Amino acid sequence: MPSVFGVLFDGLAYGMLLFLMSVGLSVTLGMMNFVNLAHCSFAMLGGYVTVTLMNAFGWPFFATLPIAFCAAAATSIILERVFFRRFYNASELNQCLLTIGIVFVSIATAAYIYGTDEEPVHLPAYLQGSISFMGLDFAVYRLFLIATALLITILLVISIESTRFGAQVRAAVNNQRMARGLGIDVDNLFAVTFALGGGLAGLGGALAIAMVGLDPSFALTYLIYVLIVVAVGGLGSIAGTFVAAMLLGVSDMAGKYYVPALGSILIYLVMMVMIMWRPTGLFGRR
Amino acid sequence: MSETALTARGLNKSFGSLIVAADVELTLPAGVRYALIGPNGAGKTTLINLITGMLQPDAGRIFLGPADITALPPYQRVRLGLTRTYQINSLFPHLTALEAVTLAVCERRRVAQTWWRQLTAYRHEIDEAYDILAALMLNSACHRVTRELPYGQQRLLEIALALATKPKVLLLDEPAAGVPRDESKDLFAAIAGLSRDITVLFIEHDMDLVFRFASRVIVMVGGRVLVEGTPAEIASDPRVRAVYLGKGRAP
Amino acid sequence: MTIQTIAGPHDYLRAQLRWRWSEIAFWLATLLPFVLAPNYLVLASQVASTALFALSLDLILGFCGIISLGHAAYFGVGAYTAGLLSTWGWGEPLSGLLLAGLAAGFFGYLTSFIIARFRHLALIMITLGLGLLLQEAANSASFITGGFDGLQGIHTWPIFAKFDFDLYGYTAYSYALAVLFLIFLLARRIIHSPFGLALRGIRENAQRMPAIGAPLHSHIRTIYTIAATIAGIAGAVLAQTTETVSLEALGFQRSADVLVMLILGGTGRLYGGLIGAAVYMVARDQFSGLNPQYWYFWIGLLLIGVVMFLPNGILGGLSLLTRRARAAP
Repeated sequence: MPSVFGVLFDGLAYGMLLFLMSVGLSVTLGMMNFVNLAHCSFAMLGGYVTVTLMNAFGWPFFATLPIAFCAAAATSIILERVFFRRFYNASELNQCLLTIGIVFVSIATAAYIYGTDEEPVHLPAYLQGSISFMGLDFAVYRLFLIATALLITILLVISIESTRFGAQVRAAVNNQRMARGLGIDVDNLFAVTFALGGGLAGLGGALAIAMVGLDPSFALTYLIYVLIVVAVGGLGSIAGTFVAAMLLGVSDMAGKYYVPALGSILIYLVMMVMIMWRPTGLFGRR
Repeated sequence: MSETALTARGLNKSFGSLIVAADVELTLPAGVRYALIGPNGAGKTTLINLITGMLQPDAGRIFLGPADITALPPYQRVRLGLTRTYQINSLFPHLTALEAVTLAVCERRRVAQTWWRQLTAYRHEIDEAYDILAALMLNSACHRVTRELPYGQQRLLEIALALATKPKVLLLDEPAAGVPRDESKDLFAAIAGLSRDITVLFIEHDMDLVFRFASRVIVMVGGRVLVEGTPAEIASDPRVRAVYLGKGRAP
Repeated sequence: MTIQTIAGPHDYLRAQLRWRWSEIAFWLATLLPFVLAPNYLVLASQVASTALFALSLDLILGFCGIISLGHAAYFGVGAYTAGLLSTWGWGEPLSGLLLAGLAAGFFGYLTSFIIARFRHLALIMITLGLGLLLQEAANSASFITGGFDGLQGIHTWPIFAKFDFDLYGYTAYSYALAVLFLIFLLARRIIHSPFGLALRGIRENAQRMPAIGAPLHSHIRTIYTIAATIAGIAGAVLAQTTETVSLEALGFQRSADVLVMLILGGTGRLYGGLIGAAVYMVARDQFSGLNPQYWYFWIGLLLIGVVMFLPNGILGGLSLLTRRARAAP
């Protein structure tokens, strides 16, 4: 029976992963109300970029991470400019269906290119194993994951709170019409935010391989978790996404370790309770 | 002595530090035509939202006649006879005018839950809806889908929906908003033609209309009731002039 | 020069009730499989039960505006009720159908209290959550549900003690089609009732409904319960005609599939779910030889195509065509 600390630690690591994959969707949903269910396809793309670079081209793990980010960001922006922007005024249902269609196509493409088996990834030696501290074992990779995600979170919070770009993002999320009225180029802003969110998802996907594995169904499996995080956290809120990701990461780990017979029931129960308590999310508007 | 149709006591509401209603007291005798005026942001629409239950007050009580309705959900207040219209049309875009009003009539008559009988069997309801539309000159357009109606007719439909609920107290939020001058006179004529059984409170900015159709005027500023009186009293009240024109300017 | 006469209100509304020739043609066409494709009657009966399921979703989605990602929960409850009754020794189809409908309806009634209180994303997530929770619970309770393998030993007794369910599917398709048609008549009645008008009011402007004195939550609970009952009946039909029930009957995949079918056919038109189910399932059957990956690819493209070119589904596109054809001189 793993200790409470062990479950907490694993839960936090998993939560950080969920955060990276979800924060982009939360902000873009809050800003433009565009339901992009293909968000996890960008995560999957990042994962496959890392896998390809490492396994086929022999790149070191660290070097693949920025490429995963950039590839996912670039794909996001292309899709947004060429395709998504025509559907900003479509009904929610149509947006869901359109982006689900893209998810299906991405899953099929990934399966076609890479096959349906889980991708192996060989972490560098210094990221493997675990460190012993105060009588507890901490997996090095998960420590790395937590540290990286925390760093990114801090960067995000700083940029949102202290930079002009961040202020514009907050304005556009809060009241798009007013932001336009103030002269903020919301369309451009959205494209950049979309790219950033997609890139972060890609990074999350790349980092996820060593913790939860990568196969073509990733885009759909983790979509459900990401949706839960975004709904519970509140649209357009970085803090909300963070708290929700932690809450759900720990709940899922706790459920899987302590009551494996019930499977994912705990995470769904927590989600239902949170949504019923706060329908617009923990930090959502109104 | 006429009875009181609507009473509000000590209504308070604030959003954080923004006070939208402060100790609002209101007494509307039955059958009277009231105008509610005030600068933008004075809290007029908020007051309607509080009275109809769309917004919960922080403190205060609301009475419809003798009944305390403060705890009732909005739809039950409508059933007791308190109805409002919206400043910006809130209609059913793909329903025809007749369907929309028939729906309101069916809801009032409590038959809207029957799913086993055909709508065509409800001849009384359909006739009543048609008559309401006819009274507002909308009967020729009754089979047109709401979103295809010209704006003036949509505004009239907005009122038709309210009338279908057979209100005792009718709250009209800027009924002539967005309607051209000449058409708004017809609109208000329709309102003036309403039965004296109905107490009407309307929010309006056009002083001409206020003077022609209201017998009493309430002025709100910053969430508070500033003064109440006949149109003539209000027009000559220096405080009202100050609010509208600013203190330093001579009238 | 013609003088336009305005139809009296009663005549106009009565005209909406009339059966159009296209509807009659549709139902006649459903008899074709008996003659043209007798080898496919088993598939046809599955299409019929799925079409009924899609119809139940249309009642809440197309006519009332409630987007549900977990509607298969009620389908599954109905399927398992009918299946369990059979494994426990009672295989009479009509009573099993009724009991399945009641069970699903009851479950729908209970959940409707939660559903009615939420809108937008919260509502979607709650329907998703309910479906996933039921799926997990059913998976864990494998001692009842048979887990991954499903229920074993279902045997449906002959209808009226005369018509046996055989491998050829004549009885199966007749049964499924009859149930579909009868419930369709019921759904049509609901749509043209005052309640149907109220549902459309909710879809058009839910916020305005309380302002005309409508008990919004009560209306939503009612239609949700009715839709759950119908979904349960659809599940029972599938269970009885295929004599199998497994977890996929209440799984997310099924919820998602039925949503796609309804959108494909067109929401809010009663026939959309039926047509969408037919097209989707026949296509899937034709492509079933393909690798599942490739199926995902084509379905993905189909979804994208539908949203881009046929946002109101097949029926929406058809009505657009007929309107253009009528407008052309």
